[in-house]
Amino acid sequence: MKMERMRGAFAPAAIALLLFLAAGWVPAAEHPKASPPAKKEGASSQPQYAVPTPPFTPGIFPCSDCHKEMTPNPKRRELKDEHTNIVLNHAEGQRWCLDCHDTYNRDRLHLVNGQLIRFEESYRLCGQCHGDKYRDWKVGVHGKRTGMWNGEKQYLLCVNCHNPHDPRFKPLAPMPPPVRPEAIRK
Amino acid sequence: MPNEGTRDAHAHRMSRRKMMKGVAAVLGAMALPAKDAPASVWESFFQKNFRELSPEELKGVLARLEKEYSEKYKKAVTVRANPPIEGLLFGYGLDLSRCIGCRRCVYACVGENNQSRDPQIHWIRVLQLNKERGVDLEDAEQYYNPAKVPEKGHFYMPVQCQQCEHPPCTKVCPVQATWKERDGITVVDYNWCIGCRYCMAACPYGARHFNWKKAGLPPAEMNPDTHYLGNRPRPIGVVEKCTFCVQRVRNTPGRYTACVEICPVGARKFGNLLDPEGEMRYIIENKRVFILKEDLNTRPKFYYFYAT
Repeated sequence: MKMERMRGAFAPAAIALLLFLAAGWVPAAEHPKASPPAKKEGASSQPQYAVPTPPFTPGIFPCSDCHKEMTPNPKRRELKDEHTNIVLNHAEGQRWCLDCHDTYNRDRLHLVNGQLIRFEESYRLCGQCHGDKYRDWKVGVHGKRTGMWNGEKQYLLCVNCHNPHDPRFKPLAPMPPPVRPEAIRK
Repeated sequence: MPNEGTRDAHAHRMSRRKMMKGVAAVLGAMALPAKDAPASVWESFFQKNFRELSPEELKGVLARLEKEYSEKYKKAVTVRANPPIEGLLFGYGLDLSRCIGCRRCVYACVGENNQSRDPQIHWIRVLQLNKERGVDLEDAEQYYNPAKVPEKGHFYMPVQCQQCEHPPCTKVCPVQATWKERDGITVVDYNWCIGCRYCMAACPYGARHFNWKKAGLPPAEMNPDTHYLGNRPRPIGVVEKCTFCVQRVRNTPGRYTACVEICPVGARKFGNLLDPEGEMRYIIENKRVFILKEDLNTRPKFYYFYAT
């Protein structure tokens, strides 16, 4: 049932992606240095959550620092020059960089409907597939929430705990076990 | 018979009853504070049960304790006694499908609540259970220590005070030194506790702990933000337990408990059970929830659940 639901979601997503790529790609090919197509940025009609800054690798953001001089290459390929440390372990057969990162505005992500969103709102991107987790996260049940139990609550972004390219939570070293009673008795 | 007469005379001078009276008087006197004891010792000796203190008396008690602790731990210690906030009932949720058994909560609790480091007292016990056997407490292991957690085929269940609605521990206390507050937290008056440990025997969750020795609490590690019924330093010979960090949560706004704050996987949830919009109600209404040892009718307000 879960698979069916996912497949159901993928078809419109793929169509939207194709349309988006087709719309953005052709003019870019004609004018290599063309300005990015005017895409509307995510409207902030949604409730805002107190989230920290995304855990960027130091110095990597804004991405446009490097990317603004480059011609976007929307062809799916293995990256050989840069970002070689990123190993995609997240349904890697079904997606690659530009499914989430925007082709023309590298400082933004995009949803499947083409809407651009800031990295601080990446939970909306994750929520497109992981709707059940997104629903729980919004009410504070999935994921860590700190702050005041009856006041202002601090959320974490999905990517604060899950590496978006390799999302499985990594095992931790446990703190020491309790002292056995026979060792306490003196 | 002269011998008998002598004996009778002696018996008259020091009868058995008289001797026992004398022994009792001496022992009684020894139990009192010494003659040159500071006034604060006498004050604590004659201190009433927490629930019988008038507001003025309570103020005096808190001031006395603050002075005592500040001198002992060489820092400004505050002892508050915030009453329960009206119209709320604290509840706790623990997501068993998230917990990885890393024990961060155990040590965050120790740091927040001034437990004795040596001899060691932990209010949270993390049980490692077998996925194939489920919640089978006979099969639980609390001394697991692999290089990395979670271990394959296992899941983890932290156990601490379940803050029962029908707490068996408070019923057995012969001096009413422990009781359930209106916000649902069961607390101990450490000054009234006589250390009989009946409550420890009555608790089906092993959530109460005894100070067998003077608490080994290094002044540098002492948390100076304390509550009378919560994390203030405990004397020798009294019972202590989890209080949902009463010093943190009984404020408006109140911080989350230390264990919620530290949990790296976000398995721990805390909130007001009476708030229909709160996360606790969402969990109870939408997730698979169970309470530990339901058959004992203790009615815990500590809900284990599976988010997935």
